[in-house]
Amino acid sequence: MSKVKETAAVIRQDRLAEGVYSMWIHTPAIAAQAKAGQFISVYPRDGSRLLPRPISLCEIDAAAGNLRIVYRVVGGGTEEFSHYQAGDPVTVLGPLGNGFYPQTGSALLIAGGIGIPPMVELAKTLKKNGVTDLVSVIGYRNADTFLVSELEACGSVCPATEDGSLGIQGTVMDAIRAHNLTADTIYACGPMPMLRAVKAFGESHKIRTQISMEERMACGIGACLGCVCQSKEIDEHSHVHNKRICKDGPVFWAEEVEIG
Amino acid sequence: MNTKVRIAGVELKNPVMVASGTFGSGEEYSEFVDLNQLGAVVTKGVANVPWPGNPTPRVAETYGGMMNAIGLQNPGIDVFIKRDIPFLKQFDTRIIVNVCGRSTEDYVEVVERLGDEPVDLLEINISCPNVKEGGIAFGQNPAMAEAITKAVKRVAKQPVIMKLSPNVTDITEMAKAVEAGGADAVSLINTLTGMKIDIHRQTFALANKTGGLSGPAVKPVAVRMVYQTANAIKLPIIGMGGIASAEDALEFILAGATGVSVGTANFYNPYTTKEVVDGIEAYMKQHQIENISDLIGIVK
Repeated sequence: MSKVKETAAVIRQDRLAEGVYSMWIHTPAIAAQAKAGQFISVYPRDGSRLLPRPISLCEIDAAAGNLRIVYRVVGGGTEEFSHYQAGDPVTVLGPLGNGFYPQTGSALLIAGGIGIPPMVELAKTLKKNGVTDLVSVIGYRNADTFLVSELEACGSVCPATEDGSLGIQGTVMDAIRAHNLTADTIYACGPMPMLRAVKAFGESHKIRTQISMEERMACGIGACLGCVCQSKEIDEHSHVHNKRICKDGPVFWAEEVEIG
Repeated sequence: MNTKVRIAGVELKNPVMVASGTFGSGEEYSEFVDLNQLGAVVTKGVANVPWPGNPTPRVAETYGGMMNAIGLQNPGIDVFIKRDIPFLKQFDTRIIVNVCGRSTEDYVEVVERLGDEPVDLLEINISCPNVKEGGIAFGQNPAMAEAITKAVKRVAKQPVIMKLSPNVTDITEMAKAVEAGGADAVSLINTLTGMKIDIHRQTFALANKTGGLSGPAVKPVAVRMVYQTANAIKLPIIGMGGIASAEDALEFILAGATGVSVGTANFYNPYTTKEVVDGIEAYMKQHQIENISDLIGIVK
């Protein structure tokens, strides 16, 4: 596998919810190699914004050579991306990171907010691999949701909303308890407090758990050591307790990492 | 056309190298650029023992630049000698090892360990703004800078480059101090100490509160300091600070740099080093310059 940096073409862009956008990008060289849970670096054109934005892959269509990213506008860089239209150039580098480790047996996908997009490709992969017992527990602020139908196409979906306007009122953990959910494997992506709760849940219920982490990144390829997380064991690269989220992750088995 | 330059008696095939800490030991970037095309690879700082570095967030973007407070995370000299030097020896490029420490003894220990290794040059980091002990303390006081240079030179088997901090009133005082201490070359600039506040979280953007500013935003400061230093000392200078293109690199060369390092640009364009090498050659061809050394410091 080798990473590719190229100026690709935007195929389409849609607004999915308040501040959340979906962009399909034609990049056959990256799409051919990409797996669920990996990410790409997307480069703003504005020269004052130097660093690439790491964005998880939501869907991979290797046959057509296309990738889909779903992202939230959080600053000037993602704001710029949200204005791209079909046919516009977009500079990307990928595929980056290791992605999820799909297991056989039942699956519980737990995600919150902008942690939801990578679950779509993961759900599709698991379904294709023959996993039939697949439940997605997804948390939103309110009923302004996104990617629900994509996840419903692969299994059942239990939403939770902070304001109770859809599904269980509360967090994804409240939804898991309310529905008394369990599985052979948990896959999770979302904010740190959620990942901490999921890791504790997996430990107490003896369910093997994979979590996808995020951190501020510079290079995205493992050189700058900007995006480390604390690892239980001494890491291979620096021989301390710091795994690189961009290169060693972003997906880790929960027992590998300490979530402070 | 001759792009070769000499730094402290060591010949480099071209003046283009990388700034320590922006290129690891080359492995991650070897997927993008042929390391054989670089004048030298300058490794990320290595200490006598592994350093875990600072808490995250460690990086933040700023206008035309970025700040970092990695805190010199490194695997320590044992792993470095076993893994990183053999990796770099596969390539026809010079190896410059950046050395960091918290005390004179730390630096001396690493330099002694490297004595019998196939390393071409040593770069002594006395200017990292992100570690509390040592580091920059040596780089902001001329007497201490001279003393550490002498201590390192006493044991070093390879020529010694002292890496200078821009976070001083007069960089030529520091340059003269390390020259007096016996340094063979200087490299500048390290990052400028800065701060960014996240107004949404109402706290510092970096866990370390302050960080080192780098990238195109700092280039004019760096060019000015290279120019001043070139006019103050006789040692060869490796210039860096915001180099993202051959044009940028040529500014440093014309200001007095013998070598030029690509730093932050590696993070957003992993092909930068090769582009700088090619661009310098194109410039020499266009301006009918036979020897790159004819360009060094000619802007007076």
